[in-house]
Amino acid sequence: MRVPLSWLAEYVDLAPGSTTEDVHAALVKVGLEEEDVHTFEVTGPVVVGEVLEFVEEPQKNGKTIRWCQVRVAPEGELAADGGPDVHGIVCGAGNFFVGDKVVVTLPGAVLPGPFPIAARKTYGHVSDGMIASTRELGLGDEHDGILRLSTLGVDAEVGTDAIALLGLDDAAVEINVTPDRGYAFSIRGVAREYAHATGAAFRDPALREDFAPAGTDGFPVTVSDEAPIHGNPGVRVFATRIVRNVDASRPTPPWMMSRLKLAGIRSISLLVDITNYVMLELGQPIHGYDLDALTDGITVRRAQPGETLTTLDDQVRTLSPEDLLITDGSGPIGLAGVMGGATTEMGAATRNVLIESANFDPVSIARTARRHKLPSEASKRFERGVDTRVAVPAASRVAELMVELAGGEAEPTGSLLGEPIVAEPILLPDGYVSGLIGIEYTDEEIRGSLVEIGATVDDADGGLRVTAPSWRPDITDKSDLAEEVARIVGYDRIPSVLPVAPPGRGLTRSQRVRRTVANTLAAAGSTEILAFPFLSASDNDKFGSPVEGTVPAIKVANALDASAPYLRTSLIPGLISAAKRNLSRGLTDVSLFEVGLVFTPEQGKRYGQAELPSGVARPTAEQLAELNAGIPPQPRHVAVIIVGNAVAKQPGVAAVPSGIADALAAVSQVGLATGATIDVVQGSHHSLHPGRTAELRVGDRVVGYAGELLPQLALDSDLPRVVAVAELDLDAILESTDAEIAAGVIGTLPAATQDLSLVVNRSVPAGDVLASVREGAGDLLEDIRLVDDYRGKGVEDNAKSLTFALRFRAPDRTLTAAEASEAKLAGSALATERFGAVLRE
Amino acid sequence: MSDSQVITESAVNAAVESALAAIAAAADSAALKQVRTEHTGEASPLAKLNGELRNVAPDQKAPLGKLVGQARGRVNGAFAAREQQIVEAENAAQLDAEALDVTALASRYTPGARHPLTLLQDRVSEIFTGMGWEIAEGPEVESEWFNFDALNFDADHPARAMQDTFFIDPPESHLVLRTHTSPVQVRSLLDRELPVYVLAPGRVYRTDEFDATHLPVFMQFEGLAVDKGLTMAHLKGTLDHFVKSIFGDEAKIRLRPSYFPFTEPSAELDFWHPTFKHGPRWIEWGGCGMINPNVLRAAGIDPDEYSGFAFGMGIERGLMLRNDVQDMREMVEGDVRFSQQFGMVV
Repeated sequence: MRVPLSWLAEYVDLAPGSTTEDVHAALVKVGLEEEDVHTFEVTGPVVVGEVLEFVEEPQKNGKTIRWCQVRVAPEGELAADGGPDVHGIVCGAGNFFVGDKVVVTLPGAVLPGPFPIAARKTYGHVSDGMIASTRELGLGDEHDGILRLSTLGVDAEVGTDAIALLGLDDAAVEINVTPDRGYAFSIRGVAREYAHATGAAFRDPALREDFAPAGTDGFPVTVSDEAPIHGNPGVRVFATRIVRNVDASRPTPPWMMSRLKLAGIRSISLLVDITNYVMLELGQPIHGYDLDALTDGITVRRAQPGETLTTLDDQVRTLSPEDLLITDGSGPIGLAGVMGGATTEMGAATRNVLIESANFDPVSIARTARRHKLPSEASKRFERGVDTRVAVPAASRVAELMVELAGGEAEPTGSLLGEPIVAEPILLPDGYVSGLIGIEYTDEEIRGSLVEIGATVDDADGGLRVTAPSWRPDITDKSDLAEEVARIVGYDRIPSVLPVAPPGRGLTRSQRVRRTVANTLAAAGSTEILAFPFLSASDNDKFGSPVEGTVPAIKVANALDASAPYLRTSLIPGLISAAKRNLSRGLTDVSLFEVGLVFTPEQGKRYGQAELPSGVARPTAEQLAELNAGIPPQPRHVAVIIVGNAVAKQPGVAAVPSGIADALAAVSQVGLATGATIDVVQGSHHSLHPGRTAELRVGDRVVGYAGELLPQLALDSDLPRVVAVAELDLDAILESTDAEIAAGVIGTLPAATQDLSLVVNRSVPAGDVLASVREGAGDLLEDIRLVDDYRGKGVEDNAKSLTFALRFRAPDRTLTAAEASEAKLAGSALATERFGAVLRE
Repeated sequence: MSDSQVITESAVNAAVESALAAIAAAADSAALKQVRTEHTGEASPLAKLNGELRNVAPDQKAPLGKLVGQARGRVNGAFAAREQQIVEAENAAQLDAEALDVTALASRYTPGARHPLTLLQDRVSEIFTGMGWEIAEGPEVESEWFNFDALNFDADHPARAMQDTFFIDPPESHLVLRTHTSPVQVRSLLDRELPVYVLAPGRVYRTDEFDATHLPVFMQFEGLAVDKGLTMAHLKGTLDHFVKSIFGDEAKIRLRPSYFPFTEPSAELDFWHPTFKHGPRWIEWGGCGMINPNVLRAAGIDPDEYSGFAFGMGIERGLMLRNDVQDMREMVEGDVRFSQQFGMVV
């Protein structure tokens, strides 16, 4: 809401010399947040001038200019720029006559742009200023010619300051209005709030005794609401007034034009401007009809299925049976409270006007405005609640202005249907406000604050009986009253008291582990990223499953990027994009990781539910179970991507290119951080290199994959041919891993170390051989490591020689070499049995 | 060499002089080892003279034994001294030879980094767990019931339309990407025993265009306390403690009246710090208030018995204010240079 200060000052005493900053500072105290300041950005000297004479001079470019002599100061006096009383000015417009009063911007003036005015040579003359158009002044859109003051109905002495004359010295504060405060979408409401903030005197523009009372003998209106929403009738109040014999061609006076402009409303025509002006002033949306275009009386009803209406914006709208319509004998003529129809709008030929000042059900208006994507100044106010008592004063105010400015004659009374809503009294128990806010308020502070906001306060048993004012339909509960007291007395009065929480149990296992995982990967050289979780279907299909096919994914109905409407089922596509971005910025060796949720719906399962429980009470256990069952699985994953060299070239060290080994190193780091034993087995994944893929398991459960991207896939992603990735399901790892570690006995007796070389077929994974040696060697084997994989001379072509370093130890005795050898051979024997391993001497 | 020598003072002295000269001439430990063999070994003159002691007359044993013993002592002493000199020199030479340019060594470590947003989230969580609060979490794809209905946004509430919500297809599933961390409030109140003091950090989603000051996906943290006798003063005290913990003792907060469907009274939280880049001033950082009685009722809690407060702030904004990050896009692009400015510290 934009509030011109001159307008605000009509209804509340602004402190003398108040600036926009001062007004913002006052309003923010009561909850109207500062958004912006609007001004005309015109500075003087800008004066009223009179065209004394002009000569038309055709130019080579085809234009004709006028070389004008313009009186800009009374004869014999200096002009506002210190120059002579008559200035020579070149003007390109041709819409004025000798004797016209115009607006002259003298050298030194600045117009919006900023566009500084100076004497300048043009078309063979020195043009000592400029004759301005409405648009150049920032007052309107008119730029077909210069502004002739007579067209605004204005006359003033030559030399008069035109900035003040046209209201260009006014400024508006823009405030953010929260959705509970329809009232603050009016000068009336903001003026009252300013009074609350400063204690200044407030004059309610809706409470004027000279406003005509409503009658019942005015224009015939009937309401027939057969489909109220939530049982609330669509129309609460419907007031009308008729003004006859208006002169629609009269200009909107500059004071109204400048206020509308500052308020952000475009000036259209006098009659329309008046309805908008009153809406801004009182918060009551007004619709004006050309009375002679109406057929019979008005009926307000819901739309019939399939009915259509052409709205003021020339759109043909197909209506819903929930839409509330204004109709006459010809059919629909307006979407109630949202937008009028084209056939009955006020125009240049309008002589007689029917003023509609109605109050509609907020829910009905909100739904219609959303359904037709027609958020309007009117619907914005109705949705948030309009004072049901302001309809009649608003109709009177419109009539008053149409009489005063358009020369009309108002019928003495209008018609009125419906009754203002009477708020239910709220019982405010003694001590409640102080107990909620934490200040010992005096009774006077509580009562005084509530009276100040316009509530009626009576004594009741054990407290106060408070009836909210008609303009505050948002106040329905004692907690609302507590807020009013707190804000009127001031939030700055609230003390600061630190509450003592009961002892907590610290982070959960999942929360602790997540941090350790991230810290471990970062400490090991990877950089954490946070990618958006929006992906294309094909990206999900590539990484959401190890086997080729369509991966079920959650789709966003209103995605920002139509090419990525699905939620990620894998973290890898996000890492690929980030890696690509780093490479495109000139980095070469990049290791990235992300810890985050993925969204993994089951194939064919429907999530969510069509009917939700009400939010007014705790749902039943069954309802809660159903709500939770409708939430799709969202496990937490961790993934890494490694591109470029794992070790860069350095003095004495050759570069070490990264590969699956680096991805597996990250897997080991995750294992360390989670306390899990993650087994690496040869695996397959349709997007990973067929010979360089590891399946990652905890016990029997597959918890992820590591490997190198299919080279073509890497190249298609603008990455180098070798890209190592790993992705693990952290939730699955934790589920499959004991939270507590059982410590073994650390043996201190001497160890016996031996090497073992086994020759196996090259297709046998070393990990399997190692596992069988470990199993066969039994408990005496403390540690086993693969130290060599030899292929070449002395070993058959299809074979390899694997050398393991073994360390044996017994808990209770010093092992003899013979005992260690026996255990080693037992391990070797099992490898022979399983894989035909041959002991290499 | 003759098989037998007569032990004479001159013979002994000659052997000693010869040994001392050889020891002094030994340049390194290998030469010294050679000298040792030649002058103290079994075949050395002194050893032989020593062997002759067997053959001397009994009355000569003592004086000659002393003569030979002192001679051997002199040689051994000289040998030990020379050996120490040589070892020291050799050690020094080796250390000298092993010297490296420590600024030109091959690194065995590549620096990584945490993301500053998650670091800041961890930091915020620590401040609250330090106060005894627990960390609560919930799903990011959430039912509208938790995201809106239970939070006093009914289906027609204008605030619901203002939330710029991402809806999950099909819309009649009533699933959304949570627009705030507030659904975790509801889940906490439904699942936990009272009193409840929890912090809910996490990702949230709004259909905002992606630019320097807006992200469609961002991080919030939401505080919730429900207990007997909690007041707005407790809310203020908690926020005061929090901003001082994270921004230092000079930080201050201010509450301004505002509106949120799930709190009543509601407030905007402004905070002030002397080191803000464009001078000390109040900057808006989030919303808060006393939990609306309707929200307590939706969780089955009697608002006449319990009261509570809640607050929510954006982590991105915290990072911008605290660490002077200028453009929000840097937080989500994944450029390693952004996170590596912070390393493991925020």
